[in-house]
Amino acid sequence: MNVAVAVHEAHPEALTGAGEAGPAPKRIVVAYGFWIFLLSDIVMFSALFAGYAVLVRATAGGPAGPQLFNQTSVAIETACLLASSYTCGLMSLAIVSRRRYSTYLGAAVTFALGAAFLGLEIREFAGMIADGATPQRSAFLSAFFALVGCHGLHVTIGLVWLVVMMAQVAVKGFAAAVERRLACFSLFWHALDIIWVGLFTVVYLMGVSP
Amino acid sequence: MTITPYDRAPGDTSPSGRPLETEGSPALVYTIGLLLAVLLTATSFWVANTSLLWPPGVPLGLAVLAIAQMGVHLVFFLHITTGPDNTNNTLALAFGVLIVALVIAGSVVIMDNLNANMVMPMNELMNLHMQH
Repeated sequence: MNVAVAVHEAHPEALTGAGEAGPAPKRIVVAYGFWIFLLSDIVMFSALFAGYAVLVRATAGGPAGPQLFNQTSVAIETACLLASSYTCGLMSLAIVSRRRYSTYLGAAVTFALGAAFLGLEIREFAGMIADGATPQRSAFLSAFFALVGCHGLHVTIGLVWLVVMMAQVAVKGFAAAVERRLACFSLFWHALDIIWVGLFTVVYLMGVSP
Repeated sequence: MTITPYDRAPGDTSPSGRPLETEGSPALVYTIGLLLAVLLTATSFWVANTSLLWPPGVPLGLAVLAIAQMGVHLVFFLHITTGPDNTNNTLALAFGVLIVALVIAGSVVIMDNLNANMVMPMNELMNLHMQH
């Protein structure tokens, strides 16, 4: 009993288990938790990547990568996603300095670029399916649609999330909770860009190079 | 109670109510990141299409460029640093990288090995036919 009291008096912060600065502020804890989620998402993508790498030669006599992929379209998609990551970063700066219209502008540009990416990807998928390269055609195509489609699904969710966040900014203003959610959104959006880097390298560039 | 200047989490550009302590303007950090990312992406596309390079080395070069670009994104966009408040994030990232490497490398190695053993060499097949 005495020992415990003595320890408590000597190091009042020792019992929090959070180091010298005391418990971390909520925005740091929230960002950490969301970061853990993002890493688990990346681990899920790694399984899809592994499946694709294993099945890339299993075309079952159907079309293979070089016949299907259009590098120009992939380059435009990459540029869209990269630019939207940049405008998302500028949007988070506008949020920090409480500039409401810059925030809306950043969100609008981010949304437009993300939607352009998604539109190009859907057009590519539709073209492939029209040519008979459906997910049912071969194991390679199943793995391709699973991997790239899962990323596209994430982008779609990100776009919906962005619209919801802008509605929250319009209604609630820059409340602490809204700001934390916006920080999580920008983490999510940047992480999607990281996954796309691995994706265009493994699927589109390694797939067409001899 | 001293305020530590390291209170930063990934994606967290400035704690509200406290002056920014990043070197240079924060917009500049994103711009540098964007320029590096564009440079690396353009190099990747060039490497994949050029005939100047030794073809068997191209996939390795592409992998190196992709990993470099992922690093650029982590540092300049997600703001993963080595600051004290970022230790947990960095450790989680290290664990994530370990799992990703195990899943991808393990699957590829095992399935390659399995494929190599599934395909029966032609002469062995002939031997089997001879025996029966």
